[in-house]
Amino acid sequence: MAVIEQLTQDFLRTKKLPHIWCPGCGNGIVTAALVRAIERADYDQRDVVIVSGIGCSSRAAGYLNFNTLHTTHGRALAFATGLKLARPELKLFVIMGDGDCSAIGGNHFIHSARRNIDLNAVVVNNHIYGMTGGQHSPLTPPGKKATTAPDGTLERDFNLLELARGAGATFGARSTAAQPRQLEQLISRGAKHKGFSVVEALSPCPIAYGRKNKLGGPVDMLRNMKEKSITVERASEMKEEDLQDKTITGVIYSYDVPEYAEEYYRAIGKG
Amino acid sequence: MPETKPVLMQGNEACAEGAIRAGVRFYAGYPITPSTEIAEKMAARLPGLGGVFIQMEDEIASMAAVIGASIGGMRTLTATSGPGFSLKQENIGYAIMAEIPCVVVNVQRMGPSTGVPTAPSQGDVMQARWGTHGDHPIIVFSPASVYETYYLTIAAVNLSQKLRQPVILLLDEVIGHMREKVFIPEGSKLMVEKSSDKVPADWKPYDEKGLTPLVPFGFGHYYHVTGLFHDQYGFPTGEPSQVERALDRIHEKLDKYRDEVVLTNYIGHKEPRVVIVTYGCTVRSARAVVKKAYWQNRQPVGLLSLQTLWPFPAKEIEALARQADVIIVPEMNMGQIFGEVERYARGEAEVISLNRYDGEMISPDQISEKMGRWLS
Repeated sequence: MAVIEQLTQDFLRTKKLPHIWCPGCGNGIVTAALVRAIERADYDQRDVVIVSGIGCSSRAAGYLNFNTLHTTHGRALAFATGLKLARPELKLFVIMGDGDCSAIGGNHFIHSARRNIDLNAVVVNNHIYGMTGGQHSPLTPPGKKATTAPDGTLERDFNLLELARGAGATFGARSTAAQPRQLEQLISRGAKHKGFSVVEALSPCPIAYGRKNKLGGPVDMLRNMKEKSITVERASEMKEEDLQDKTITGVIYSYDVPEYAEEYYRAIGKG
Repeated sequence: MPETKPVLMQGNEACAEGAIRAGVRFYAGYPITPSTEIAEKMAARLPGLGGVFIQMEDEIASMAAVIGASIGGMRTLTATSGPGFSLKQENIGYAIMAEIPCVVVNVQRMGPSTGVPTAPSQGDVMQARWGTHGDHPIIVFSPASVYETYYLTIAAVNLSQKLRQPVILLLDEVIGHMREKVFIPEGSKLMVEKSSDKVPADWKPYDEKGLTPLVPFGFGHYYHVTGLFHDQYGFPTGEPSQVERALDRIHEKLDKYRDEVVLTNYIGHKEPRVVIVTYGCTVRSARAVVKKAYWQNRQPVGLLSLQTLWPFPAKEIEALARQADVIIVPEMNMGQIFGEVERYARGEAEVISLNRYDGEMISPDQISEKMGRWLS
């Protein structure tokens, strides 16, 4: 059996397919990268837990054949924190969308980063609230249109990884749905990292974001993502002004800092 | 019953100690008056027991962390007060829907809003019932003494585990902060039930046949937990008959175990003409009244104290109303349980409310005065 078929059989709940995502959506690509990264890590399947919030990408949890926890909007990291502290041996992957993670869940995001608890956050950033039909999020770039910003949003967007770094995150990486291999490698490295890791996965939403902003079809959006991407290594050799419109991909930062759950159990004499 | 040495203990401490006795080893919370001592006690005690204490970034996160830890197989508790209880509501609803056990303590203070943070109140009775959205079941206990706080916390933890249902402990500031002499029974005398850890071969997380134990994550049962309506395996469904069945399911388990869930205590005359129905710290004033009226003066007076507020002790009220001429309902709010008592008295007895909402306790004299004309 081909590797990919084996993966599908083991790690996907095939009876729950087809998924609910729109044609051209990047969520499937990101989910597939996550599954390959989990396979690559060679964990005991019983130890893997997928936690997610509310939104399109968070529905991935229901399709993955592990213990899966589909929580409330914005709170995935807070649920995951409790579970990780109760059962530090479990490997937790937390799937969130851009609005879920950085708007309603912003507080939990910065505090998870500050604690440096070993959760692997995969933030699927499609710059829009997709499930509710296309409202702007804190990761919608200024000027881009949404149903709640018909003339383009006036708000500035977060740089998610810098927000996390400022809050104390010890691993931040970025890739896009147009580079699934790189994305897989980054999720894999985030999983190996001891502490809170954030992998931002840029992902196309042709229906709610692309159409509104005349970004073309799914293929155009993916091509555009790929063309704008530049690795962190190459970017380091370029001038600031040449990087304005670029998406910097790769491991943006990685620091060694004691991990919270391990520190806790050591402190109480059970580590 | 053989007792240990008496201990001087505060209601909030008794709650923490009861939780620990019942096997709670995970606490997540956020500081708020007048419940903070529960967090402080847990922070001091849990690490030594190998348990987890974490102060989360907010009330919402505390509720979420507790649910997460319960899914990991721990017995969990969180404590808060009015404003924090409001913030926890969405995730309480999640725990009800996903059938995740946990105990939520609300040491009531004077509201609405920030209110009078240090003043006692019983204003959250209806919020405890209906605070989260949707047509949900809920269990709410309200202790009237430090000792009752201790054993009702144990009962709350055990019931929560058994029924896979959040249980709310509605303390009030008086009970939470009052210090009383407490006799803690010896270990063998206080039942701490063990959750079933044998998993049947055909285990389903939400078996339509009835109660099933929660199998924690990490043991190879790859089920799904969600706040969406779900089938027996936890997967989302919007199919009308499954939705209706799922909602019935979470209500039926409370009906089935009603006798374990609904706790009341009657003292006084066997054929009372006047009955006081109350709960929490107000029981104490009512007890003083009954002591004098019945035990001293042999007047036909009784007191029904409600340890369980929800599900409402309807049968008990129905029976009392058939016997008594009048039921007096003193409470430190504008009349929340009063409406329920009136509903289940079904016109058989007159129901009178006695309310106080100035941040002070209802005194025995106030109750006696209200009772006076019915006894002359």
